Amino acid sequence: MFTLFGIGFTAPWLLLGLVALPILWVLLRAVPPAPIRRRFPGVALLLGLTDEEQQSDRTPWWLLLLRTLAVAAVILGFAGPVLNPDDRVPGTGPMLVLVDGTWADARDWPRRTDRIAGALEEAARDGRTAAVVSLTDLPTAGELPFQAADAWAARLPSLAPKAWSPDPGAVQAWAESLTGRFETLWLSDGLAADWRAPVLAALESRGPVRVFESPRPVIGLKPARFEDGAIALSAVRAVGGQPQEVDVLGFGLDPAGVERELARGTMSFEGGANEAELSLSLPPELRNRITRFQVDGWRSAGAVSLTDDGLKRREVALISGRDDREALQLLSPTHYLEQALAPTADLIDGSLDDVLLANPDVIVLADVATVTETEQEAITDWVDKGGLLLRFAGPRLAASDISRDAEDPLMPVRLRAGGRSVGGAMSWGEPKTLRAFSEGSPFFGLSVPDDVTVNAQVMAQPDPTLAERSIASLEDGTPLVTRKRVGQGQIVLFHVTANAEWSTLPLSGLFVQMLERLAVSTRPARPTADDLAGTTWAPDTVLNAFGQIEDAGTLPGISGEDLAAATPSPTTPPGLYAGDDRRIALNVIGADTELQPTLWPDRIPVEGLALARETALKGLLLTLALGLLALDVIASLWLAGRLSGPRGSVAAVLALMLLSLPQPSGAQPKPEDEFAIKATSEVVLAHVITGDQRVDDIAQAGLRGLSETLFARTSIEPAEPIAVNLETDELSFFPFLYWPVTPDQPQPSQEAYARLNTYLRTGGMILFDTRDADVAGFGGGSPNGRKLQQLALPLDVPPLEPLPADHVLTRTFYLLQDFPGRFASRDVWVEAAPADAEQVEGMPFRNLNDNVTPVVIGGNDWAAAWAVDEGGNRMFPVGRGYAGERQREIALRFGVNLIMHVLTGNYKSDQVHVPALLDRLGQ
Amino acid sequence: MSDPALLRADAEGLAAPLPPLMADAQHLAQSVLLGAHGRRRAGMGDEFWQYRPSIPGDEARSIDWRRSGRSDAHFVQEKEWQAAQSVLLWVDAARSMDFASDKALPTKASRARTLAMALAILLIRGGERVGLSGFGLPPRSGQVQLLRLAAAMSDIGEAPDYGVPEARGMLPRSRALFVSDFMGDPEPVSAALTKAADRGVKGAILHILDPQEEAFPFDGRTVFESIGGSVRHETLKAGDLRGRYLERLAARKALLADLCRTTGWQYHCHHTGASASAALLWLYGALEHAH
Repeated sequence: MFTLFGIGFTAPWLLLGLVALPILWVLLRAVPPAPIRRRFPGVALLLGLTDEEQQSDRTPWWLLLLRTLAVAAVILGFAGPVLNPDDRVPGTGPMLVLVDGTWADARDWPRRTDRIAGALEEAARDGRTAAVVSLTDLPTAGELPFQAADAWAARLPSLAPKAWSPDPGAVQAWAESLTGRFETLWLSDGLAADWRAPVLAALESRGPVRVFESPRPVIGLKPARFEDGAIALSAVRAVGGQPQEVDVLGFGLDPAGVERELARGTMSFEGGANEAELSLSLPPELRNRITRFQVDGWRSAGAVSLTDDGLKRREVALISGRDDREALQLLSPTHYLEQALAPTADLIDGSLDDVLLANPDVIVLADVATVTETEQEAITDWVDKGGLLLRFAGPRLAASDISRDAEDPLMPVRLRAGGRSVGGAMSWGEPKTLRAFSEGSPFFGLSVPDDVTVNAQVMAQPDPTLAERSIASLEDGTPLVTRKRVGQGQIVLFHVTANAEWSTLPLSGLFVQMLERLAVSTRPARPTADDLAGTTWAPDTVLNAFGQIEDAGTLPGISGEDLAAATPSPTTPPGLYAGDDRRIALNVIGADTELQPTLWPDRIPVEGLALARETALKGLLLTLALGLLALDVIASLWLAGRLSGPRGSVAAVLALMLLSLPQPSGAQPKPEDEFAIKATSEVVLAHVITGDQRVDDIAQAGLRGLSETLFARTSIEPAEPIAVNLETDELSFFPFLYWPVTPDQPQPSQEAYARLNTYLRTGGMILFDTRDADVAGFGGGSPNGRKLQQLALPLDVPPLEPLPADHVLTRTFYLLQDFPGRFASRDVWVEAAPADAEQVEGMPFRNLNDNVTPVVIGGNDWAAAWAVDEGGNRMFPVGRGYAGERQREIALRFGVNLIMHVLTGNYKSDQVHVPALLDRLGQ
Repeated sequence: MSDPALLRADAEGLAAPLPPLMADAQHLAQSVLLGAHGRRRAGMGDEFWQYRPSIPGDEARSIDWRRSGRSDAHFVQEKEWQAAQSVLLWVDAARSMDFASDKALPTKASRARTLAMALAILLIRGGERVGLSGFGLPPRSGQVQLLRLAAAMSDIGEAPDYGVPEARGMLPRSRALFVSDFMGDPEPVSAALTKAADRGVKGAILHILDPQEEAFPFDGRTVFESIGGSVRHETLKAGDLRGRYLERLAARKALLADLCRTTGWQYHCHHTGASASAALLWLYGALEHAH
């Protein structure tokens, strides 16, 4: 392609036409504008007058310029100019498209697939084979799946990034196993890694390498930490430079179990800084609910940080049996517990009744023997729902008879009387040490320090269940910790005291670890391999590369040691891992992850994803030429003096249009205004849009028929009925709303209900029509009836009663006692009369409501009885024969009465008083 | 024998402009209310003037017996002298009159004919005799004369581009009205006026112009042609000519006004864009003032 000043031309020979422009200039210049012939009687007076200057028979220079430019634009346009011409040299040989396919790619993934598609299309055009390889999903070593490029293009949609980084060893091994010559296009995620250099070298030995990188920065969110009573969040980015602000959202379940945004904060990267901090101070209730933090608007697993138990602070209630010995703090039964738990849990003090109300996660009973019966029931309930009751033995427990003969509901095992004491001054033997924890115990894997000794303990009665309930024991096999599961919760008994009286266990680090394993306390930092030794963790939820949470499905569990050392990989995908009672999050970004941009060698061409597209300028230039010619027309007319009178104004308008063509015309009346004007310029009946097209059509037709009847018979002359959308339309314009009920119509929003209630309170009326009076009585279990109950629940509906015989609706226009629609049920309900309404002597009616009833509810399918089609014909049959027509007539009369009632209120009710008023006036 | 169909067609064509012309003229004439066109002295006439005592020599039948019966003397009823005046009209029928710059405007010719007819209606209603100058239609009174006038004015045959006033056949001491745009050679106009003045004829000149002729709103390269096409003038910049054209037009108006002053006539310039009633009022006044 011929290229000039960066613009390519598809038909460059046409440019020779530009040479003719000067000739055109001369020609145009020599030809004056054609004269106008004018009939003019005054010509006799003109005879003999000569023109003062002869110069003007030449076309003015600016008009010449205009025309020359127009012709030049035409020539250039047809020469096929192309901006950013793609003058690539068709490549040869196979092409390898290499994608990192990591979480950092995810944010730009569609653009990356577009780029791959572009490369494949190019390869297909050149007849090359291609292979697409994702480094996180490597094919077999040594082979490259070269295929026809368009075959790969068809498989592109299934190419997806993974939430982990490539395995360095596997990638290097794979790269070195490659054979043959090929060209490589590497779509890198832009993050530095040690394996990039060797892989690049291996690829370069096979052929040229091009690299594409997204210019958009990569942001990673580090796991949330708990620091100084607040949640500390930090984010890292790969490229420093511009100051940047990102919003961080905390998501979790609300009390209704719906996931929603619970916290929000803004993090700002200073210019040049790669790390940003944010401290969120949240109430414990809210904090415990948070399940993940996420950088707002970043679709990448790196921008999501799952939280686990590390962030949760359990509420632990400590209750001890002896709190009268204030002076001896170190002997206090709960002192060591408080020391162990205070950094990682929220402690609750108070009586058992009080703390049960707070619904803590754990209740610790230190040497409490008996509780009252009501307390016992309450605790049992609480444990049943997932609470952990942690009991410690002590002198009181040992002395009591609890769980002696029969197992106490709040004790895991039966106890022998008295307990035992070993290794003390008055006993034989050595203090006992602990036996290593057996498999199946929650403590399995914890190492037992030698200095933990037990001097005294309460003894469990040998029972068939004792072996399974014992989760820690002394070296002689006597149970030290027993556990019983109750419902969703558990009861754990330490057979020693919670202070150092009976054993040195509370003094050791093992005690804290044991509490952690029991999920009494939570670990402050990421657990080490030791902490997790011997446990098995199954992935509960996993993150995909886009930061979306997915169900883990049937992924196999992994051992605690592996989990402690794990980085995200195919076998350990990032996600939430559930152990016995604990959860550990494995995030893409660890606490010490740093992100660095890749530094490519200078010889490698690196391009951004945004590729300058070829832009054909032909249309633009031809449009320009047309515009210039149009201007020329107007200018020529003006020069020739033909732009006088109306033609002038037309030309001026045209010129203005030419100049202002791209600007959209404003000053359209707003649709809301149009709606308001339409609804208020005349009386308009309205119906609620149910979403069911047929029901809406019938409602519209019914109201049209009623409107026509009103027009013909009464002084109400309504316009065409309007369909009202409860969510968007203003209701106050309408005196009357017809609301057909369908079982599957959507529930209006809270705002819509607020407006509906305002509407009802300020005098509007809604006619609810369940349209099922043929099959169901009012309030029966029909689907429409149930839906009506749902719909009307948030509405401010007063008490209702069946339409009484002396209701004003029976006489607002016609005298009626039946209110049939297409069905003739008597079940029509209106606002109930006030309780003190009584029939006065001599009056035919009670003095009833002083207001319009806000709702009329029935199921007679009135709209169908009223409905007329465009031609004014009845759309639905009512009943049979003459009786049916009579029923339709009564239905129409009911409609008339209803609208009269809406518009005139209790006017007809007041008419009752006319005789009395006249009487008084006469006196 | 002429073909009846042709005769009929011709007659229709001839009659076609008459009703509108008559209607327009009648309509215009309605706007001027006239009293009797009397001579303010006793003479021949229809209207009562005065009773005078009879003098010897009065014929017996001239005595008004009803008046005389109320007194002892004999009275004779005298009538007001209602001598009819002759008014001669000349309406320029040249092609140059057949011009209107805008569809909404009447042509100069139609405005001229309407005004002349309206004036004729007024005059004939007043008992005057109206005719056309020249020998075509001598002055007569009566409604039939109106129809003849209308027919004569509507009868447009071949005409030159610019008209020459017809001063022949003027009765001495009669009145005359010349209506034209006076765009042609001013010499014949001057000669006609002088000749008329010599015979004691007084009258008025109505100079009818189109607004465009007054404004000359042209620009650019233009070839101007007369309506008949006999005269043409080409200019490259019509706008430049405007000033000189307007000067010449003003000179022409001044010349006509001068001529009128010297011959005792009256001059008025009327634009077809202006109201016809105003021109008619002026015309009527001008011919009233003449005596």
